[in-house]
Amino acid sequence: MKVLMFGWEFPPHISGGLGTASYGLTKALLKAGVEIIFVVPKAYGDESPGSVRLVNASDVAVDITDEVYKAHWNKISFMEVDSSLLPYSTEDEYFRIVEQLEAGASRETVSLSSQKYAFSGGYGKNLMEEVRRYALVGAAIARQHDFDLIHSHDWLAYMAGVEAKKVSGKPLVVHMHATEFDRSGENVNQSVYEIERGGMEAADKVIAVSNLTRNIVINRYGIDPAKVITVHNGVEPSDSNRSIDTQKHVKEKIVTFLGRITFQKGPEYFVEAAKKVLKQDPNVRFVMAGSGDLLPKMIRRVAELGISTRFHFTGFLKGDDVDKMFGMSDVYVMPSVSEPFGISPLEAMRSNVPVIISKQSGVSEVLKHAIKVDFWDIDAMADAIHALLKYESLPKTFKEFGKEEVDNIKWDQAGLKVRDVYEKLNC
Amino acid sequence: MKAVCFYFQVHQPFRLRTYRFFDIGKNHDYFDEYANRFIMQQVAEKCYLPANKVLLNLIKTFGEDFKVSFSISGTAMEQFGKYAPKVLESFQALAKTGSVEFLAETYAHSLASLHGRDEFSRQVERHVGKVRELFGQKPETFRNTELIYSNDIGNMVSDMGYRTMITEGAKHILGWKSPNLLYCSATSPKLKLLLKNFQMSDDIAFRFSERRWSEWPLTAEKFAGWIQGLAPKDEVVNLFLDYETFGEHQWAETGIFDFLKAFPALMIKRTPIRFKTPSELAGELQPAASLNVPYPISWADEERDLTAWLGNEMQDEAFRKIFDLEPMLMAINDPEMISEWRRLQTSDHFYYMCTKWFSDGTVHRYFNPYESPYDAFINYMNVVSDFGIRVDQKYAGMPADRLKRVRKKASTTPKKKSA
Repeated sequence: MKVLMFGWEFPPHISGGLGTASYGLTKALLKAGVEIIFVVPKAYGDESPGSVRLVNASDVAVDITDEVYKAHWNKISFMEVDSSLLPYSTEDEYFRIVEQLEAGASRETVSLSSQKYAFSGGYGKNLMEEVRRYALVGAAIARQHDFDLIHSHDWLAYMAGVEAKKVSGKPLVVHMHATEFDRSGENVNQSVYEIERGGMEAADKVIAVSNLTRNIVINRYGIDPAKVITVHNGVEPSDSNRSIDTQKHVKEKIVTFLGRITFQKGPEYFVEAAKKVLKQDPNVRFVMAGSGDLLPKMIRRVAELGISTRFHFTGFLKGDDVDKMFGMSDVYVMPSVSEPFGISPLEAMRSNVPVIISKQSGVSEVLKHAIKVDFWDIDAMADAIHALLKYESLPKTFKEFGKEEVDNIKWDQAGLKVRDVYEKLNC
Repeated sequence: MKAVCFYFQVHQPFRLRTYRFFDIGKNHDYFDEYANRFIMQQVAEKCYLPANKVLLNLIKTFGEDFKVSFSISGTAMEQFGKYAPKVLESFQALAKTGSVEFLAETYAHSLASLHGRDEFSRQVERHVGKVRELFGQKPETFRNTELIYSNDIGNMVSDMGYRTMITEGAKHILGWKSPNLLYCSATSPKLKLLLKNFQMSDDIAFRFSERRWSEWPLTAEKFAGWIQGLAPKDEVVNLFLDYETFGEHQWAETGIFDFLKAFPALMIKRTPIRFKTPSELAGELQPAASLNVPYPISWADEERDLTAWLGNEMQDEAFRKIFDLEPMLMAINDPEMISEWRRLQTSDHFYYMCTKWFSDGTVHRYFNPYESPYDAFINYMNVVSDFGIRVDQKYAGMPADRLKRVRKKASTTPKKKSA
């Protein structure tokens, strides 16, 4: 089985969950015997537009250290679509780009028939144009290649998938890693919403990363439930060879929030819960790691509550600093208001940190060894934090079961499920 | 085959309310009055009252030929008094017939037997007192919480003066032996043991309404036929069930009450097999063999061991923390506090903290008001933290001369056995 897959980012050029998820799933599918042509738009400057370059795996900067997968990688074909598209790196940037679009940045009409236009018009001036251009590439690639099925990851790649389907007549699977409602709350961008809905309507199957997302797809987009299937994400196995300096330099226990400081992630609930815990026991430190549009508001709120000496902000963390932060933490809290899946608690558990997660996260559907609270229930959240700090056997139990549980949430299972979806569509 | 022995367990815990750590040191109200009342009244309507009525009618109809036994936990008896006095009356009516044996157990349906002799025997004494007060009977047969039994426990029970005890017919203990015979303890041979026939008990308790079960529907005729068809050497079938099986776990719509009516009637009319109580049987039958049980067994799950209540880190910490308070509480000797302490010993609280149900299916989940064992543990420990503070404070406030006496006494009592 050969699948033409449209993504938006791929390691090492990743900015978030989407790239990681595409990578994990692709690896698992290869292992399951599926051949994949993975298409990513990529911006490396001024190469002449209009050419679709087929790149050998060895030329693509994919960081594969695992021997097991090396063989598989020879089976994958990478295509880079030359464009100005830089994968969005933060939520902020995403909003800026989308706002540009809303502000009426010049928009050129793109139509499938105007072949010669596709890659000659210089760089796109906004995200929507890039998405449309990507769709044209999709059509072009679909003409040139032989494959059995099309699979598009997230709305940015949906139009490409739809075009590829039109040209080839092959079945289309679209993969919902996050919906516009997860990204924007109730202030959805109508154009993005339309693309998402259009993609799902045109698709033969929709894969959602959680039941939570599946419900949004059904209820908010009106997609036929029979068409929507949940395939939970997996997690990459931990790299046991890495040793990170995790020395703690304070004696108090540390409770950590790590993620984008945006509405979706529920940082204010973490702050309020911290206040409740500190009121009873001042010998705890809270850390909010990350950046985002709500950061200034959070800093002001912490000051207003008078807990600044016990509540710390680190700014954006990456790479080893993330591992260090986990290493220092005694509790990890993910109070997300809406989280399609949410990989960070799994990373925390892999570092032996007990986690408190909101019930409004996809990951809570697969995790047993986590304390689950409603994001708004700051009493329950504070209570759970207190218990993890105070009752010794609780973190011990989490350590005993948590790491094992995470190690069993494998991409392989997701890969088999997705292959199953493919097979049903092909027969 | 000579007899069928019905023993029904009646138990309700004092469930805890949601108790946050903010409450510690401030709020000493631990129990969920609303939930406890609601559940008691609901179970009374669905199970206790209709089931007692059926039994009373059977006793009236068949006289000497139909007898049953009950073990009713102290926490259940207390809640009858508080929330469902009619239930208490109906049990008293059954007691008056003389055809019902009431068994002894720990007052608070506690795991105290796994901690040591002192609190274990105090609770049994308290329970026996309550049974005498309410039903005018001195229990002669002992039933430990969750049918937990081991050589050590058998020794303690024998030392308390009991000659009969009931427990689980656990396969790994019995091996090739039949559960349908009388046994005795290997270490205290005077103590006779009646063993639950879990196959046939669970046919009623768990499988009765299971439509995927090949024997569904389970009719009185079929069940009576199975008993008649047992090996000729077998002497008694011990059907040990949670009383809530009738009407609560198996709804009335499943026909469970019809079964309860029809099965004894059928046995008595068509066969020489009669319904007897544990004490009667222990007097009539000769022990077939002695049973050596070095590690505790119970009636729970496939394993028939303690892992539903103890064994994971959380359960062990909670168990340790609650029993750590024993010496201070005995020194303080405040009946109110001791009563609260006992309610916190009830096995249900530990059951809710079991991590096994992640894999061990639906039974645990059905009985568990908490979403996860973690929630159960956190809530319990918050309560125990507050209770511990109160015990500490009261103990610290005791006059020095009284303390001295207590310490002296404590140092002379023998060391407790570890679980």
